[in-house]
Amino acid sequence: MNAMAGTAACHCALVGTPNSGKTALFNALTGSRQKVANYPGVTVERKAGVVRTPAGLCLTVIDLPGTYSLRARSPDEEITRDVVLGRLASETRPDLLVCVADATNLRLALRLVLELKRVGRPLLLVLNMIDIARRRGIEINTAVLTELLGVPVVTSVAVRKGGIDQVIGALDGLALGGAGEASGSWQPPTVAELRAAQRRADEIIRTAAKFPATPDTLTARLDSVLLHPVAGLVILFVLLFVMFQAVFTWAQPLMELISSGFDRLGGLAHSAIPPGLAQSFAVDGVIGGVGSVVVFLPQILILFLFILLLEDLGYMARAAFLMDRIMGGAGLHGRAFIPLLSSFACAIPGIMSTRVIDNRRDRLTTILVAPLMTCSARIPVYTLVVAAFIPATKVWGLFSLQGLVMFGLYAAGISSALGVSAAAKYLFWREEMSPPFMLELPDYKLPRAGSVGLGLVTRAKAFLTRAGTTIFAMMMLVWFLASFPRPPAGAAGPAIDYSLAATIGRLIHPLLAPVGFNWQISVALIPGMAAREVAVAALGTVYSITGGKEAATAIGHTLAGQWSLATALAFLAWYIFAPQCASTLAVIRRETGSSKWMLVTFGYMLALAYAAAFAVYHIATAFGA
Amino acid sequence: MLRGSPPVLAHSPLGQGRPGFRGRIAAIDAAGTGTALTPDELERRLIELGFVEGAAVEILHEGIIERDPIAVRVDTATVALRRREAMAILVV
Repeated sequence: MNAMAGTAACHCALVGTPNSGKTALFNALTGSRQKVANYPGVTVERKAGVVRTPAGLCLTVIDLPGTYSLRARSPDEEITRDVVLGRLASETRPDLLVCVADATNLRLALRLVLELKRVGRPLLLVLNMIDIARRRGIEINTAVLTELLGVPVVTSVAVRKGGIDQVIGALDGLALGGAGEASGSWQPPTVAELRAAQRRADEIIRTAAKFPATPDTLTARLDSVLLHPVAGLVILFVLLFVMFQAVFTWAQPLMELISSGFDRLGGLAHSAIPPGLAQSFAVDGVIGGVGSVVVFLPQILILFLFILLLEDLGYMARAAFLMDRIMGGAGLHGRAFIPLLSSFACAIPGIMSTRVIDNRRDRLTTILVAPLMTCSARIPVYTLVVAAFIPATKVWGLFSLQGLVMFGLYAAGISSALGVSAAAKYLFWREEMSPPFMLELPDYKLPRAGSVGLGLVTRAKAFLTRAGTTIFAMMMLVWFLASFPRPPAGAAGPAIDYSLAATIGRLIHPLLAPVGFNWQISVALIPGMAAREVAVAALGTVYSITGGKEAATAIGHTLAGQWSLATALAFLAWYIFAPQCASTLAVIRRETGSSKWMLVTFGYMLALAYAAAFAVYHIATAFGA
Repeated sequence: MLRGSPPVLAHSPLGQGRPGFRGRIAAIDAAGTGTALTPDELERRLIELGFVEGAAVEILHEGIIERDPIAVRVDTATVALRRREAMAILVV
């Protein structure tokens, strides 16, 4: 037996079925000493942390995606299988395996333990949530269980202080006890082996555990309301409405606070640094760049607060149950409703929240169409053009024409999302079969503030470090294009006319002329890449109207005088589809793990924008606009 | 449709039951269920979720559109699946 006492680092992998409280155990073991990243090239998250045992060992713990069997059914489960078997080139093969089980729901976990034994690594079984089991009157004899399984068994209450002491102690013993012999080749279990393993697991439970005569019915009673065909759906829609309001409206004051904070900081820099390149760099480049990243945090945190609470509660699975047929009818995955709904506020938290979709194909499809949902940043652009060009008349004496046009723009966004989703499925994933809807509905449990808090902090850190750096880089690029070269002394026109952005704008103008765009629009599209609402200020800059986005009315008047109605309508059509948001593209790149899907999104949205603007411009001109 | 009736000796597919239907799994027959999966794959997934011969099952809830999907208690756990896949589970 090899003694591992001398090894500096020991690698331990947490495995377990979904809903076993594995993540709570991971949080309890590693606390804030955890790092979140992506496995190379896939949308699966990698969570690793460090734990120091009383014996002085430094353990690297990795939290693997939940799985029912090492025979993998999805990319997440493939990662678990590959890490456990040491097949992943980028991961050290774990020295220890810890299987986390829900003590109130042992059948599937014990079968998984029997499977893991064949891997040939030291294995520890942790019966988590043992307090809930005891409260329900379930008695588990861990000594008998250890003997029957041939694996050490400890209990834990991951969410309580001191609840994981047994686990850490057992890890010490296991690490020092030596490695088992690694079995040469691992084969996925056959159907017969799966059956036999489950039968054996059931037998073991019958011997080692005693169940109360009257089982706990809280979950069943709650489900009779929450899964009621009518009441359940009503409750779900109310919940979705509240969530949407929270992300759309309640986040606003916080975002204003952050915006004005950075504006004030910019003002300080403005007065501190003499005018010139350094001032522009500090104020518009760096401070503006960082501010444009941080301003997304309130929406992200609020959205993920809801998601984490609902997941820990166990309600997310119920929501997927209720929405399955409705979303399926629209060609979307049941769990896509949260990301798509949030994308009405902003696509960035929406795309980040697609992690609730386990199926890779559906996750990618949702990421691809999320930017089409009419996000709140489009509203200033829509409002500007609609107010300037659409007369304030009433249709049929009831509906405001301006309101109808806005509604039409929203509807165009939603229907294009459905269309692109269907097209994506047809083009990219025709051969892949749609996995059947089959999921466990976990018992309802109270979420823990500490766990939720840690999840939020992790999420915020992940956003700032992963997406934030890319967003900042793109903002600096846009600033650079709009500021260089500097106008020569005594120049008459707006500074932007002399910049690279103007050069690029003039270069692409011939390409945009067929859709009715003049050179001013072509130039304004370049800084407009930073974010959708920047288009308003960018147009102001190009038409030499000072005052930034506050001067919207003045800008509107100028446009009304300079653009034809056809051009204005084409501009609106362009904005429904155009990928004018570097931050969204940056987040897509981070969430999908590579630039491929970011480029696909950029490409298809640009193509749709061009086609729509072209069609609208020529139809409008034909009608004499 | 069987609703909470005494178990019949013939095997009834779980996919045809209404809420209240209960019994013990007699067999898993994945062939001919019309699902997108191969019969072997469907059988594996069902076993991995705990649907084995001898387990006690009971249908608890059904969805609003076409009464699909169904929420089923399998021994100690609750699993949601579509009726199409549930047709493979034969109950006594």
